[in-house]
Amino acid sequence: MKGMTVIVKKVTQIICGITFLYGIYIIIHGHLTPGGGFAGGAIIAGSFILLIIAFGSEFLALKKEETGSSILESSGILIFIIIAILGMVIGGAGIFFVNFLPKWEIGKLISAGVIPLYNIAVGIEVAAALITAFLALLIYRDEVLK
Amino acid sequence: MEILLIVILALMIGGAIFSLEAKDLLSAVIAYGIVGFGLVIAFLLLQAPDLALVQIVVETITLIIMIAVIMNSTQEELKTKWGNKTVVYIVLSLVFIGLFLYIFNRTTGALSRFGEHAMRMSKPYLDPGAEKTGSANLVTGVIFDYRGYDTLGEATVLFTAVIGVLTVLRLKGRKSE
Repeated sequence: MKGMTVIVKKVTQIICGITFLYGIYIIIHGHLTPGGGFAGGAIIAGSFILLIIAFGSEFLALKKEETGSSILESSGILIFIIIAILGMVIGGAGIFFVNFLPKWEIGKLISAGVIPLYNIAVGIEVAAALITAFLALLIYRDEVLK
Repeated sequence: MEILLIVILALMIGGAIFSLEAKDLLSAVIAYGIVGFGLVIAFLLLQAPDLALVQIVVETITLIIMIAVIMNSTQEELKTKWGNKTVVYIVLSLVFIGLFLYIFNRTTGALSRFGEHAMRMSKPYLDPGAEKTGSANLVTGVIFDYRGYDTLGEATVLFTAVIGVLTVLRLKGRKSE
């Protein structure tokens, strides 16, 4: 896939960092404002996909095998399950998905016990999954054309 | 608000029909975008900002990928000829639409009116929800606390889908066999 014009590249450079930060904001504030792990992860993946489409796939120029996004995707869902099992071990009741951390005051950034941690784990998982699927399609196409 | 919703739904149906009939594939994909973005406005009107946020991002990414695919391949649609089978298809789809509308009409009679939900099941979640889960956003409180298993299942579905994509698209493993 070829890159686009200079205008598109420059605008993408400015916008994609802001988009990435907005995705992180949506994930971290998932228990206070609309959004959460799924929406924020999709926004982060969108910023990467925007960058790849604007600069073209030659810009990636992968010389060796890269497994970062795949490993992040697997570890995201692993963190999710580990937190859920911790609830079973520490929570006292012996039930999966127990909220074992103190809940503090409703409406503050640090509140709601383990729910922000679940949000972060799901955000990592969704972002890495979308990027992995997109990169797999792109690299497959480039390898077939060779 | 109901009139606005009806206008948006009519626009979405029109966009879907146009994207089926368009000669140019690029205009078909852009007309299909009307469906997604109309759904975003419908979600906002129905006061579901969480869904609208996810829908607008996913719709934009899908549209960009579809346009990138069309730019790299052909833009013209294959032409279909009218034959004996076309009449059969039209009759079958008309019968199906009639049957669907009949059953739809019979089923919706039992539902409550638009805007007046049956709150018998959702009241126990909504009223003490914020205090029990500690989350100010009730949607997040429900999907990570009351419905934690559902979220785990969703994340697993996404994980499995990516593994499927990687398995189908691997080239190096196949060559070495």
